[in-house]
Amino acid sequence: MNTALSWIKAYVPDLTCTDQEYMDAMTLSGTKVEGYARLDKNLEKIVVGQIKKIEKHPDADKLIVCQVDIGDEEIQIVTGAPNVKEGDKVPVVLDGGKVAGGHDGGPLPEEGISIKAGKLRGVPSNGMMCSIEELGSDRNFYPEAPEMGIYIFGDDVQVGADAVEELGLRDTVFEYEVTSNRVDCYSVIGIAREAAATFRKPFVLPEVTVKGNDEKVEDYISVEVQDKELCPRYCARVCKNIKIAPSPKWMQRRLAASGIRPINNLVDITNYVMEEYGQPMHAFDLDTIAGHKIIVRRAKDGDVFRTLDGQDRNLDSDVLMICDAEKEVGIAGIMGGENSMITDSVTTVLFEAATFNGANIRKSAKRVGLRTDASGKFEKGLDPYNAEAAINRACQLIEELGCGEVVGGMVDVHGEMKEKVVLPFEPERYNSLLGTDVSEQEMLNIFKMIEVDYDAEKRTLTVPTFRQDILRQCDIAEEVARFYGYDKIPTTLPNGEATTGKLPFKLRIEQKARDIAEYCGFSQGMCYSFESPKVFDKLLLSADDPARQAITIANPLGEDFSIMRTVPLHGMLTSLATNYNRRNKDVRLYELGNIYLPKALPLTELPEERMQFTLGMYGDCDFFDMKGVVEEFFESVGMHKKAVYDSNAGRNYLHPGRQANIEYEGTLVGYLGEVHPEVCDNYDLKTRAYVAVLDIPAILPFATFDRKYEGIAKYPAVLRDISMVVPKTVMAGQIEAVIAQRGGKILEDYQLFDIYEGSQIKEGFKSMAYSITFRAKDRTLEEADVASAMKKILNGLEGMGIELRS
Amino acid sequence: MKEKLEQIKAEALRQIEASDALEKLNEVKVNYLGKKGELTAVLKSMKDVAPEDRPKVGQLVNETRAEIEKVLEASVKKMERAVREAKLKTEVIDVTLPSKKNKMGHRHPNTIALEEVERIFIGMGYEVVEGPDVEKDYYNFEALNIPADHPAKDEQDTFYITGDILLRTQTSSTQVHEMEKGKLPIRMIAPGRVFRADEVDATHSPSFHQIEGLVIDRHITFADLKGTLAEFARELFGENTKVKFRPHHFPFTEPSAEMDVSCFKCGGKGCRFCKGEGWIEILGCGMVHPHVLEMSGIDPEEYTGFAFGVGLERIALLKYEIDDMRLLYENDIRFLKQF
Repeated sequence: MNTALSWIKAYVPDLTCTDQEYMDAMTLSGTKVEGYARLDKNLEKIVVGQIKKIEKHPDADKLIVCQVDIGDEEIQIVTGAPNVKEGDKVPVVLDGGKVAGGHDGGPLPEEGISIKAGKLRGVPSNGMMCSIEELGSDRNFYPEAPEMGIYIFGDDVQVGADAVEELGLRDTVFEYEVTSNRVDCYSVIGIAREAAATFRKPFVLPEVTVKGNDEKVEDYISVEVQDKELCPRYCARVCKNIKIAPSPKWMQRRLAASGIRPINNLVDITNYVMEEYGQPMHAFDLDTIAGHKIIVRRAKDGDVFRTLDGQDRNLDSDVLMICDAEKEVGIAGIMGGENSMITDSVTTVLFEAATFNGANIRKSAKRVGLRTDASGKFEKGLDPYNAEAAINRACQLIEELGCGEVVGGMVDVHGEMKEKVVLPFEPERYNSLLGTDVSEQEMLNIFKMIEVDYDAEKRTLTVPTFRQDILRQCDIAEEVARFYGYDKIPTTLPNGEATTGKLPFKLRIEQKARDIAEYCGFSQGMCYSFESPKVFDKLLLSADDPARQAITIANPLGEDFSIMRTVPLHGMLTSLATNYNRRNKDVRLYELGNIYLPKALPLTELPEERMQFTLGMYGDCDFFDMKGVVEEFFESVGMHKKAVYDSNAGRNYLHPGRQANIEYEGTLVGYLGEVHPEVCDNYDLKTRAYVAVLDIPAILPFATFDRKYEGIAKYPAVLRDISMVVPKTVMAGQIEAVIAQRGGKILEDYQLFDIYEGSQIKEGFKSMAYSITFRAKDRTLEEADVASAMKKILNGLEGMGIELRS
Repeated sequence: MKEKLEQIKAEALRQIEASDALEKLNEVKVNYLGKKGELTAVLKSMKDVAPEDRPKVGQLVNETRAEIEKVLEASVKKMERAVREAKLKTEVIDVTLPSKKNKMGHRHPNTIALEEVERIFIGMGYEVVEGPDVEKDYYNFEALNIPADHPAKDEQDTFYITGDILLRTQTSSTQVHEMEKGKLPIRMIAPGRVFRADEVDATHSPSFHQIEGLVIDRHITFADLKGTLAEFARELFGENTKVKFRPHHFPFTEPSAEMDVSCFKCGGKGCRFCKGEGWIEILGCGMVHPHVLEMSGIDPEEYTGFAFGVGLERIALLKYEIDDMRLLYENDIRFLKQF
């Protein structure tokens, strides 16, 4: 909300402070000022001058030479402006002065434009006459200014006076951010009340008196509200003999500063009152109201209505309508109809000031697809008491501005008016909530300024109706805090029962995952939780893959962000591809993020959220580097048993010969592999890439930070190497399983130390060599122990078609 | 005999002196002190010495041996040192050649900021808790004093999945879960992902992170809120950081405030970083609304509390001077490597 400070000062006449002080103090008391702009920025040495004489320029057809009276002297100014004549009073910037902009409008230069005396085609010119654009404004806000050329004052201004002042530009416009609970502050009066309390100055409300004529409004109009829940109050007054004319300058200036374009007296009055009181009003041409009757009722499903902007709007029975005896004439609280709009030929006007159910207006505005200044205010839920004040204020202005004749009386239809909130005055409670020691008297002073009434006898507080945000004691405490000053509240630390700071086990495991990934050269990425349903095809998931069962967002930003991910690979592959296509070499990334697995679709209960530890890399690396990272992680979280890598993982997005499910003690805890080349193509990743995904919830039951010292072996180890020729179909894991199973208690370790496939080895076979370590904890092994264990192992291996080499 | 020994000694010492390598010294040792060496030969010839002179001659031989050994040993040591020094001279390396690093990866700036925040609050006795990303409407809105018709529900532009299941718009939802557990007092922070229907640009993302804080106990005051968050700001941004609390409105706290910190670039004088204001807005906070306590089964007459919510990205962007939020989700390694 934007408002000129001069308008605020109209209600707080004693307010004196700099712009910066005003901004700081208001912000600290809760009316946040976003910023302010001085309207006279870069306007220097500009006075009202009167053109005494105009002569042709001797040397230029399009220039004229003017003698201009600036009060204490007469100066010569050369201009090319087409619209001036002798006797005109104009703004004149003198030698050494400044204007805000160029004559063609456009963005204003930060430093303004300096004006110096000089010669135009040889003729001296000692200043410049200004257009409204040069003064930093435009014809939207100064409708009386000519389309091209110099601004011309009315006759009432003094020659030599400050032209900036005369134009109402010695002012500052403040921009406020009003919080949604303070409906009352969406008005000049509301903000002025806050300003008065903040600066502890008297607050002077405008005095509203309407004379009205001897007629009765009931003879002109009747009102029937069929849905009182949606329309708690409807006030109507009638003005006749309307004379449409421009509104006075002071009103135009205030509206302009608020960003509202002056139109004519009638429109300006409704806008002015909306700004001043925060109560939107609507004016109907009474001659278009059939039966001189207003009916407030819900629309019928399927109704179509043309609003005054010429658009057809589709209605339904939840939209509240203003109707006459025959037809709909306006969408309540949102916009009037084309069929009843005010034209310049209007003679009798029906003013409406009503309050509507805020939530309903908000929903209707959304459904109808039309959000207006009025609906923006109504949807916050306005104070029904304010409607009466506002409509009377409008009628007062009609009379004062000579805009028409106000018919006596008001039609006022309302249900039971809400009672004022009354709360016991409990100063200790406020102090104990705030941690302060504010005196009772200080609290009462504050209440007085914000019009909260104190009854000393009952010790109660009565909240004014416009403060719809004050309902409980904590709300009163906030008022005390705001005007006592948040900055004066002390700073303490909570005492009370000591608590232990904790990071839960799952988060500690995640922290370990980050440490290990980074130690292994992986940097942490972050990806979105929602993605496109096209992801499943990109990852080659089969049509019946359960991962395709994804949660769909009802109102996504677009298809690309429309489903909650069920596999974590899309984000990883996209990130790898981004890096690859930016020519980054050897990239290793990891992510810790949730996937979302619905229990049933559509969702009836919350989905399962599973934290996934996803690693991805390309460049100088292979499958076994990735496998190494997985094992480093397992070891770091106390998973010391051998994980099983099952090559029958059946994952379409991975290379069919280079993928494995990772099982730990019989539980599937993740998978890894080389990305399928077709998937790489789908992501525009033109290199081999490797991924691993570890399912944190599956890992948690096996993970531990407990450690136990097992002693250092005292007795010597015995080493045996075996060298084999192995059918290619036999995997290392199978050989190791045999060694592990048959090595017996004395088996300590086994390591593959050589593997070879090539010309020296017969077709379909590979050569492998293992080093096996035996050791007993309690004695030195005898040759017989080792021989017996080795025999068992070798027997087992021979059974798999493996040939032993010498 | 004595002369002979003197002669042997002189010759041995001369040879030691003349030796220029360890091998030569060893030769001397063998030639004079070895089993077949000259001194041994002297001892062997003792049978020719008169029995009464034998002890004396024996003593002389031993003295001579000792003297030679002593000189020899000193020479060996000296020689060894010289050899080592010569070797060291040949082993000079260019220490300015590139290092061999284990190329460690880097944490995401969000995580670095999060771990900082967690460290601070764990130190003050807070427990870190988590809540679901996909949430019931009740926990995200209603239980936080945002009923069905409340305008704040629109303002936040919520992603809905069904009528009452949504993507949480604020980590405040975790407050409610924690309060419902019924274990008091509560001191917790809840970091997590939140979602709002904002198009992606330099300052917006439809998915970002918040850290919610909640303290509930007897006699918790607004002054405690101020003190706690001032301490947090000093820990996070440096000990000279000042804080400013401005009144604000949130449906689930009353009184409510926004906290600004003095600009940590210019110290509050005003610079481009803080847009000349000297202050930077950091978080929203307030005293937990009694109705919120009531709805979660906590008696507001007995217990009070405060809550706050910090945008993690906001802290990361400010602290590390990142000028475009999109960088956080692109995962370009050249960006990540800077943290």
